[in-house]
Amino acid sequence: MTGEELLDLAAKQAALGELAGAPADDPVNVPMIRHWLAAMGDRNPVYLDRGLAPPAMAQVWTMTAPAPGDRSPVSVMMGALDEAGYTGVVATNCEQTYHRYVRVGELLTPATRFTGLAGPKRTALGEGFFATWVVTWYAGEGEPVAEMLFRVLKFRPPEKRAEPYPLRPSVNRDTAFFWDGVRRGELRVQSCADCGELRHPPGPMCPRCHSANRAHVVARGEGVVYSYVVHHHPPVPGRETPFVVAVVELPEGVRIVGNVVDCPPESVAVGMPVRVAYRPMDDELVLPVWTPGEP
Amino acid sequence: MTRLDAAIAGIGATEFSKDSGRSELRLAAEAVLAALDDAGLSPAEVDGLVTFTQDANQEIAVAREVGIGDLSFFSRVDYGGGAACATVAHAAMAVTTGAARAVVCYRAFNERSGRRFGRPDAGLAGQQSSQGMEMSWHVPYGLVTPAAWVAMFARRYLHAYGATSEDLGRVAVAMRRHAATNPAAWFHGRPITLADHQASRWIAEPLRLLDCCQESDGAVALVVTTAGRARDLRRTPAVVTAAAQGSGAGQMMMTSYYRDDMTGLPEMSVVGRQLWETSGLTPADIQTAILYDHFTPFVLTQLEELGFCGRGEAAAYVRDGGIELGGRLPVNPHGGQLGEAYIHGMNGIAEAVRQLRGTAANQVDGVRNVLVTAGTGVPTSGLILSGVSD
Ligand SMILES: [Zn+2]
Repeated sequence: MTGEELLDLAAKQAALGELAGAPADDPVNVPMIRHWLAAMGDRNPVYLDRGLAPPAMAQVWTMTAPAPGDRSPVSVMMGALDEAGYTGVVATNCEQTYHRYVRVGELLTPATRFTGLAGPKRTALGEGFFATWVVTWYAGEGEPVAEMLFRVLKFRPPEKRAEPYPLRPSVNRDTAFFWDGVRRGELRVQSCADCGELRHPPGPMCPRCHSANRAHVVARGEGVVYSYVVHHHPPVPGRETPFVVAVVELPEGVRIVGNVVDCPPESVAVGMPVRVAYRPMDDELVLPVWTPGEP
Repeated sequence: MTRLDAAIAGIGATEFSKDSGRSELRLAAEAVLAALDDAGLSPAEVDGLVTFTQDANQEIAVAREVGIGDLSFFSRVDYGGGAACATVAHAAMAVTTGAARAVVCYRAFNERSGRRFGRPDAGLAGQQSSQGMEMSWHVPYGLVTPAAWVAMFARRYLHAYGATSEDLGRVAVAMRRHAATNPAAWFHGRPITLADHQASRWIAEPLRLLDCCQESDGAVALVVTTAGRARDLRRTPAVVTAAAQGSGAGQMMMTSYYRDDMTGLPEMSVVGRQLWETSGLTPADIQTAILYDHFTPFVLTQLEELGFCGRGEAAAYVRDGGIELGGRLPVNPHGGQLGEAYIHGMNGIAEAVRQLRGTAANQVDGVRNVLVTAGTGVPTSGLILSGVSD
């Protein structure tokens, strides 16, 4: 759902007005009051002496676990925000108003009015929407005894970015085609647009005919290990040792350097057939790597 | 190439350590002064300075520290340790042509206590330079240390010629044996056995820890002037019989994996060809060689590229003790960078001068010509230095 669609949905939920919820399972009662006072450390004797509930207990009387398939406006809105990627939630406002004390024995019924959605807004937590609703508690024949305005920020948690890989290549206009290819899963070998000479590493001018018209072919992605090293020491940033780096000879007639992966270093040998694969190193860089190929 | 009229008239160095406790500029100044003192020249007589592109001490800064006045020639050479012999080549051309009369070549760094070349530098591929683009085909795969770059060549070499890790180990054992009797060497008194080598941990297979040179703090400086003037100075000159730089087709900084063959060092072949042609000498005329040994495998390759043995024969050459003191071609009598110190090849040039003077710790008998090479796997350089015939 787009931001506008979310705002439309919110308007529809608000238009539904106040919707009554299920009455409390139990009437206002002494054991819950005593328990709450003890938990809060409130030693005021007036409540138990006179059979009154502390006003701040309003939510306590009608608190239930959310029922599956709950289609209340708040649930619908929260679900839609979750699906749109605004999965984070944090309460930002809770304003309670009490019209009178409620007494032991009274049965309360809540009603909820979704009042609006505002956003998208940039916040420190990420982009998000503020959703607001009001709950009113009624006693007896529809007498409001307490109200609560509740506002939450539903935000899109920032994507966990991979740690930037430290060994980055420089890319310029002579070499960008190679890295563009790697991102698309193509191993590109520079070719001369005039004489067809293949060349790796690439450069701006054909050493054979001096043409600056550069093109490329897509290599088959097969090769043979021409030479290799197993790096043990010192530690290399962004790498776990030991790792294998090889000069790979391609059937197209050029050589390229890359890592041999997915096999124990001791199984690598000069002459070993390998096949290209592509490995994301972070959110931006993809490197071509070589895996054991068909013998 | 026109015959050069140049000689190394003075050599100087700091101590070789793991923590110099001084700035790199101070190391440079100390080595330059020591070399001038060795030659018997005053700073005021110097009008040229040459160093590595990688050196952190500008020529003008060194000149200020040691009181060198007007400079009419200054240059830098790129590609890491490949610059070593080229600094002398540039200086030799300068004094031959008259661009300068006395040039000091220097290299100073705290390579152990400061920035260590063996540590992965994730930013290597991050530059929008041609080298950054070159690194971008390698560094993202974790191929980011000099040891690993060299190991890639070594694997192919071992595969092609049936050589083994033990063959590499024999190079390390020989260098440490030489260093053991060189008081200036970090590993003085600490030889190793082949078993030690085989027991050392993997760094980048097929290279073990003991295939890799040490890391050092220190500085070396060399004074170059015309051969005629050098004869009038304090020390016996080491004449620059030939000097050359070399880069091959399809050359890269350390990852030339895309050329037809990975078992050789074509850039060293370019150097060797020029050295032999210019000097009119052959490998048989060389009594001792200083071969760049940041990693053992390229010592084997250099023996082949320079014509001391045939392709694929270096392992046998070394197995027979060929590169040891008393062997067919004693290599790195000072212990090389595996044994003495890693001063980017400049300490090797100083050793060549000592061998010609007859003042080396492990003096080879009857030294008339010494071949010296610079960094391997990179665009490089080389020298043939000769004694003066009386
Ligand atoms: Zn072309």
